[in-house]
Amino acid sequence: MSEYVVRTKQMEVGYDGKPLIRNIEISLKPGEILTLIGPNGAGKSTILKSMTRQLKLIGGTVYLGNDIMSRMSGNEVARKLSVVMTERLRPEMMTCEDVVSTGRYPYTGTLGILTKEDRNKVREAMELVHTLEFKDRDFTAVSDGQRQRVLLARAICQEPEIIVLDEPASFLDIRHKLELLSVLKNMVLQKNTAVLMSLHELDLAQKVSDRVICVHGDKIEKYGEPEEIFSSEYIHELYGITTGSYNELFGCLEMQRPSGDPRVFVIGGNGKGIPVYRKLQRAGIPFAAGVLHRNDMDYEVAKVLASAVIPEEPFSPVSRENYEKAKLAMLSCEKVICCTDIFGPGNYKNRDLLTDAEKAGIPVVYSGQT
Amino acid sequence: MDRKTESVSRPDGKKGVRAGRIYIRYAAAFGILTGLLLILTVWNINSGSIHISVRDILQILFQRQGEDAAYNIVWEIRLPRILAALILGGALSVSGFLLQTFFNNPIAGPFVLGISSGAKLIVSLVMIYMLEKAAVATSGHLIIAAFFGSMISMGFVLVIARKVRNMSMLVISGIMIGYICSAVTDFVITFADDSNIVNLHNWSMGSFSGISWDNVYLAAVVVLICMILTFLMSKPISAYQLGEAYAQNMGVNIRAFRVSLILLSSILSACVTAFAGPISFVGIAVPHLVKSLLKTAKPILVIPGCFLGGAVFCLLCDLIARTVFAPTELSISSVTAVFGAPVVIYIMIRRKRLMG
Repeated sequence: MSEYVVRTKQMEVGYDGKPLIRNIEISLKPGEILTLIGPNGAGKSTILKSMTRQLKLIGGTVYLGNDIMSRMSGNEVARKLSVVMTERLRPEMMTCEDVVSTGRYPYTGTLGILTKEDRNKVREAMELVHTLEFKDRDFTAVSDGQRQRVLLARAICQEPEIIVLDEPASFLDIRHKLELLSVLKNMVLQKNTAVLMSLHELDLAQKVSDRVICVHGDKIEKYGEPEEIFSSEYIHELYGITTGSYNELFGCLEMQRPSGDPRVFVIGGNGKGIPVYRKLQRAGIPFAAGVLHRNDMDYEVAKVLASAVIPEEPFSPVSRENYEKAKLAMLSCEKVICCTDIFGPGNYKNRDLLTDAEKAGIPVVYSGQT
Repeated sequence: MDRKTESVSRPDGKKGVRAGRIYIRYAAAFGILTGLLLILTVWNINSGSIHISVRDILQILFQRQGEDAAYNIVWEIRLPRILAALILGGALSVSGFLLQTFFNNPIAGPFVLGISSGAKLIVSLVMIYMLEKAAVATSGHLIIAAFFGSMISMGFVLVIARKVRNMSMLVISGIMIGYICSAVTDFVITFADDSNIVNLHNWSMGSFSGISWDNVYLAAVVVLICMILTFLMSKPISAYQLGEAYAQNMGVNIRAFRVSLILLSSILSACVTAFAGPISFVGIAVPHLVKSLLKTAKPILVIPGCFLGGAVFCLLCDLIARTVFAPTELSISSVTAVFGAPVVIYIMIRRKRLMG
């Protein structure tokens, strides 16, 4: 028995005989969540469609367990692999339960009549993804989030070893994105099913995936654990981000910094600076931030939004040198915003900066203090 | 089905009651359709230029005796016509249901997609050719001709369907193909000279009149076989209702499935056109009405439901066509259009609202 549920060997995928992406080597163990990320049009869907036989392989082999997928019958594949597609479905007059029941297809007889066991499986699957309470409602009448969970239940009751999902969270609001991925994770833990999916939500991909594949250009550029993949530099490169930035620690996006020489000097620290930086960015006012310790969360945002940042090493008091730098930067600003009222040995020098500002006649505004 | 009812009725009473209600609904729907079918059959036999009482009908039908004139009217004229309306009406609406499934389009049907008109064109060509050769076109010839005609139109529709994804565009293209075929048919009929052309003209407008027992037997055999095959395909059809990708993932052989769907729907509608000419709207209106009546789209219920519904619908329309302005007969399509077209308009408006 192969330790992998699914494994590709030198897979080449594309359309009309033309390869788009070559040399794809993907393998999944039971209970593993593998996520494909990459820019639009990179070929994430093409890979998924090729691995579910919706597209013919251009080259290479896909193994399901020990068997070569292209040599298996439709029914054999259906018992091992099920899908949740991106396309929005509008089936006519089907209840959510009807939709889920179609998952039993590979197990029913000629006329597709469900046995008691089949109906129990349907019920279990619906329970697992919290869809039982609206099982009798028309599929087109429930919300997008509920609909995705129903489709997930459908895939689950097909009792596969692997579920393939193509951008399952795309139409959903944040609450439903979280719900969907939580039920997915829960399912993996309970059933030990392997999951292969594509996601646009980098922040979530980073948290839900055991391993991540980056599709870029005509190849798989990176393949590894989220901790290896999600560096700001690499994400910028993968998506070709030129305006704004992606923060690996927060998993969040920041807009582009305002251009020009700093007009405002922001004294931050302790996370109090972030809302002020963002406000200034929205107003298009270039600013300088200081003195910030590199381990302060304000530093993470300031370094991408501020025109100039005066950083200090973690856990050390602000040095004279950095204090002078900050003072110089501050004196050329029209205004100072102070976001903190907590001063200690680490940042006493920031309090000195306030005194300097008053001496120099620069107006000081106190913001967001507690 | 019994098994299903029993296991859904779980201890938590409410769901059991609900499930029970669904099965009562299914039973009631089929009961109503069967009841209507019987009533309309009797009504059709007894009405017409000569009125025959129900008692006489029963005597004529079951004891095979009665007054000669009435006996002949029932056995030679009314009964074959009724059976034709019943069998062909059912076939037509099932054909419509298959096409709607295939194109994932609730307003697809053999008539709007031009498939009936294609069949009509080839059948008239064959009929005229036979008339000129002083031969008689048999039922078999007609069905084969109609099948080829259907396949030609279907070919065009499939080519267009690959290019346009929009549901109204597909239907408009189908209607255009239908117009072209009808125009050519009219042209051919106008210039063919024969006394029998009057019949041909009636047929080309759509009518159940002049159907022989011979026609009925053949139609019954063909339709029965197709219906059994269609019914056996309920399972893949139900998978296909979720779209091609899901169906394929469930293990449906898409290519074979699509070919069978096209062949079955073409044979069914060809059979109708061969004997009764093109009949409009039945293929769209009936499946929709049946689904609304059953409140489900499960093929295993909808397929037999469509057959019954189509039979009832055509019996009613034929009754109206031949009695309302008697002795003048209306073409069956005029009557089906009056009832069917509003249903189609309703479907489109509702779809629009759902989409918007």
